[in-house]
Amino acid sequence: MQFTSFNDFINMGGYGFYVWLSFGAAALILTLLTINSAMGHKQVINQIAKRKKREDKLREAKMLRQQQKEFSDKPLNEVTE
Amino acid sequence: MTLPAQSEQLPTQTTQTSAQLSYRHAFMLVLKRDLTIAMRHKDDIINPLLFFVIVITLFPLGIGPEAKTLSRIAPGIIWVAALLATLLSLDRLFKSDHLDGSLEQMLLSPHPIFILVLAKIFAHWLITGLPLILIAPLLAVLLHLDKNSYTALLLTLLLGTPVLSLLGAIGVALTVGIKKGGVLLSLLILPLYIPVLIFATSAIDTAALGLPYSGQLAIIAALFFGSLTLAPFAVGAALKVSTN
Amino acid sequence: MWKFLHPYANPETTYHFTNKLLPWLIALAALFLSIGLVWALLFAPADYQQGDSFRIFYVHVPAASLSMGIYVSMAIAALSSLVWQLKLADASAAAMAPVGAAFTAIALITGAAWGKPMWGTWWIWDARLTSELILLFLYLGVIALHNAFEDKNLAGKAAGILTLVGVINIPIIKYSVDWWNTLHQGSTVSKIGKPSMSLDMLWPFIFSFLGFSFLVGVIICLRFRNEILARNSIRPWVRELVEKSVVK
Repeated sequence: MQFTSFNDFINMGGYGFYVWLSFGAAALILTLLTINSAMGHKQVINQIAKRKKREDKLREAKMLRQQQKEFSDKPLNEVTE
Repeated sequence: MTLPAQSEQLPTQTTQTSAQLSYRHAFMLVLKRDLTIAMRHKDDIINPLLFFVIVITLFPLGIGPEAKTLSRIAPGIIWVAALLATLLSLDRLFKSDHLDGSLEQMLLSPHPIFILVLAKIFAHWLITGLPLILIAPLLAVLLHLDKNSYTALLLTLLLGTPVLSLLGAIGVALTVGIKKGGVLLSLLILPLYIPVLIFATSAIDTAALGLPYSGQLAIIAALFFGSLTLAPFAVGAALKVSTN
Repeated sequence: MWKFLHPYANPETTYHFTNKLLPWLIALAALFLSIGLVWALLFAPADYQQGDSFRIFYVHVPAASLSMGIYVSMAIAALSSLVWQLKLADASAAAMAPVGAAFTAIALITGAAWGKPMWGTWWIWDARLTSELILLFLYLGVIALHNAFEDKNLAGKAAGILTLVGVINIPIIKYSVDWWNTLHQGSTVSKIGKPSMSLDMLWPFIFSFLGFSFLVGVIICLRFRNEILARNSIRPWVRELVEKSVVK
């Protein structure tokens, strides 16, 4: 242990500001980057899920339209019966 | 060369004769075409040049007219202004060809891309680099450049501006397919220009002291030949990506 | 000879591999970083000239050397993507660029904070500082190019070309700047070979260097698997995976 007291440790022999600035900046940047990268996973998955939902909806709508078309293509007397 | 002045649809027109066209022919054709187009849009030649002149006149206004200060910073100012003027003119290198589709035709033609790209870059240098070199001594007078430095200034510009065109072409080729590529282009290209700037200004400064500056000149020449051999391939690859 | 690598050209295999690799990397990074940094901050002796400001060294030097190392690996990835058309190499290069930029920024900031007490100024236009700044610009250019294209595959190819042009240029920039102006102290790390650095300083440095390297591995893995998912979003295995994790 190089330091006798906690204040000594914070003071860093007079260089406290510079030492803690560099360690703090490094910690901040790396934490932000790590969080951003970790959150990205969920974001990507949500995006893909959203796109999938939209595609499913589109497909459903298409099917529905096709069914309606078939329905309307039928001769009129069949519909009225 | 008895070829007629080529129109903008040149590459499509060559399909029949392309098999017989030698590399030199292809090079000359593209060069002629680009120069013809540039002659029809004279603004494209004049505007970067005007920009160069105006930027340089801004410096004495901003810094003060003291001859000693100006002659100290003249090499740097002239070179930085040359960098910016080149950057400004680069946009035209592939953009209009990309928009009217002739770039794609060029890539589809049976000639090696690097010949065509080299011709286009050479044309660009003739249109923008050469006028800069011609007007630079005049501006150097305005900035009180040291008497010994004029030869060095001209030599560095002569060797350096082609490097700017060659490296710049890579950046333009990468960004030609992007809508707002202008700012991106400067971000990509300016870091690559730094060695040219450093060696050129150092050569001019050395010349002002009356010392030999052949070392710096040799390095700029090395940069020139290096980029002359490698850049066309990078540009070709980049154009293939951009026109996908 | 390289056959054992072939399964990893498949995005699915690689995705699961990174998932398996991640906890180990996290554990190693946490272990080495905590040991290294506590050692560096509390137990390593102060430099006889620079005093306690020398402790910045344990962040500054790993960040600086990693910033260059990441660029080299990015260039290798770009080359293998352009030569062998490996789509995953593109994804890995895209994952590496922001990490490299972050470490370059850290190297610059810690360097400034170290330079202020030692040289009396936050910034000088010295060879090393300038070339590190240009490296940051190159990273930012690559990231900007990645973001400029809608199509991720095109973006990867374009950024790859720029990365390779940059890698040719880096030694040139380095030498030009070296000639131009120099004040930065000589490399301390290369002096490690000859034991000019005392062992009580060397060990915490090795630990923190390894810790930072593993952290780089963690972040790159995290980003890499995001890139894999984003680039393969229409593949059935991704769809299945998404369904599973959304239901949860």
